Amino acid sequence: MQPLERLIEADRVHRSVYTDQEIFDREIENIWEKTWVYCGHESQLRKAGDYVTVQIGRQPMIMVRGLDGRIRVLYNRCPHRGVQLCGNRQGNTGSTFVCSYHAWTFHLDGRVKGIPLSHAYDGTRMTSENPDCSMKPAARVDSYRGFVFASLRAEGPGLAEFLGEAKIAFDDMCDRSPLGEVEIVPVCHRVVQHSNWKFFMENQLDALHPSVTHQSTGVAAGRVERRLREQGRTPPLYYHYLSTFASSFEQWDSVQTVNFPRGHGILKGYMGLRPDDPDTKEYVAAMHKAYGEKKAEEFLGRSIHHVLIYPYLSVQSPLQQLRVLRPVAPNKTLSEIWHFRLKGVAPAIYRRALWYFNLVNSPATMINADDLENWTKGQWGLESQGGEWVSFHRNHGGDTQEGEVTFSNHGTSEAVMRSQFKAWVQYMGAARP
Amino acid sequence: MTDAKLQKRLLEDVVIFENRDSSRTGAQLLAPDHAPAAPAAGGTLPARGVLAQGSQPSSLQQRVEQFLFHQAELLDGKHWGAYIDLFTDEGLYWMPATPEQTEWLDSPSIFAEDKRMMEIRMGRVTHPNAWSQAPQWGTSHLVGNTVIESVDEREVRVRSRFQMVELRRDQLRHFAGTYRHTLRRLGDDFGIVLQRVDLLNGQAPFDYVLQIWV
Repeated sequence: MQPLERLIEADRVHRSVYTDQEIFDREIENIWEKTWVYCGHESQLRKAGDYVTVQIGRQPMIMVRGLDGRIRVLYNRCPHRGVQLCGNRQGNTGSTFVCSYHAWTFHLDGRVKGIPLSHAYDGTRMTSENPDCSMKPAARVDSYRGFVFASLRAEGPGLAEFLGEAKIAFDDMCDRSPLGEVEIVPVCHRVVQHSNWKFFMENQLDALHPSVTHQSTGVAAGRVERRLREQGRTPPLYYHYLSTFASSFEQWDSVQTVNFPRGHGILKGYMGLRPDDPDTKEYVAAMHKAYGEKKAEEFLGRSIHHVLIYPYLSVQSPLQQLRVLRPVAPNKTLSEIWHFRLKGVAPAIYRRALWYFNLVNSPATMINADDLENWTKGQWGLESQGGEWVSFHRNHGGDTQEGEVTFSNHGTSEAVMRSQFKAWVQYMGAARP
Repeated sequence: MTDAKLQKRLLEDVVIFENRDSSRTGAQLLAPDHAPAAPAAGGTLPARGVLAQGSQPSSLQQRVEQFLFHQAELLDGKHWGAYIDLFTDEGLYWMPATPEQTEWLDSPSIFAEDKRMMEIRMGRVTHPNAWSQAPQWGTSHLVGNTVIESVDEREVRVRSRFQMVELRRDQLRHFAGTYRHTLRRLGDDFGIVLQRVDLLNGQAPFDYVLQIWV
């Protein structure tokens, strides 16, 4: 492995950052197992004992609601012989975790509760007062507007500092509810990407690719949309979700990206999600009533397509969906896809977002089918010796810097990738021996 | 940058794409003739079995089975248009995300497609620039355990099981599950009002996605 500073230049990066096992291991150690990682939403754990299992880097964790109502994140490991305590992805464990091997039991906060024939430990150092007898908790757990994160390290920035401006992902999602809250829809689609996690993160704010990659779907949807118009009918909004992907290069170039420190960023909105139908009018009226007209219009008028929280989260806040990456190997990434219901809105507003979830984010997606194909082929290309560098030269030098924020000026600027690698260097560089 | 300043920047320059003429779309502009995968659609349709043609005496069970076999064969032969035509005008192809679901309007589905959405999906996979269709790709379905659950003058409700193997690039994937067809009786033939597909592995991680109906 070459020294990291020789792999990252201002306008290009070395291919090995996508393919090298040693670099990947260091990413897991220095990024995922240190920084704040998204675990889930409070509404997944309604009552005490409700749990979900979640992967943080290489660590299998349990997020659980305690008898005191608090949410904790614990290592999914029995301190006796190491067996995982929860074998399911979710469920309710009652008031106790029970190990399936030798029946050690634990309180919901991880403290050991009972050990069979515990006198057998008398005189040893493994007695119930020893913290080694209890489940190990994540060093830090915090949440923002119901979204729970954990960090496996006690040191480092707090959650608010980590999120920075990108916290607008959750504000924008929740503010669109007249009650200011969302609840999770308990279905998680999981799709394996046969590519390095960076492909997805770069792709999310890459406005040059949609009309190329998704042309087939955009054209097919646009054709049906136009036919309905010619027949004097109003095509449903969700056809537009698909047809806009095939917009022209010039249109895509007119969208802007906003790039924050730590690699976070925003692709500004382009779809137009405020049609003039009675359902929308009723919804807007409810928003005005809840927040006053000025504030409500500010919430509804935000121009966001999605927000990236680097290095693993893509939040499509106007449609209340979220994709989270769990890297598995340099060439393998698991994506988990969730969506949320705005509290206090009519079913029609939920249905509008649901169509996007079904058409774009489900495992029968007509959009990601072609993205995944690109990323797989991209990974193979970078594993080859046909070239050493990955180019991010597009509009290099043409971005606008305001303090720590970079505005792309052009939608298709590779400012996004340059910004992500700036953050990557900071994460990885801090660990330089 | 302060919150208020960001808020202001986000309220500026709202770009809304209208549905303009798609001939200006990116790849088309650059490579109009790129045609990696000629669609198989348009080839000779598989012949219906004699029992479905009415020339031989046949039972309802046999006609239903012949219909299901034909549907599977249309899929495997990539006869997308003929496949869509098996559905009635208000027909729906539905694959719920979980087996507990009873409706598709207020809960997530893997597929919930009426004929127009099916037409869009067909339009995608037959477009010359459907990049994911460039590698070799095909399916083989086996349908069985066919049980007629109820019959009246208008409709037949049928439960069956399927096994499907998909080839993509050099890999095989295996899918299995249950079909539930609500069939409108059209003389001796049928039209699909609703096809519910419960995939056994619908909540397991998908290694790649489903490009077409199962």
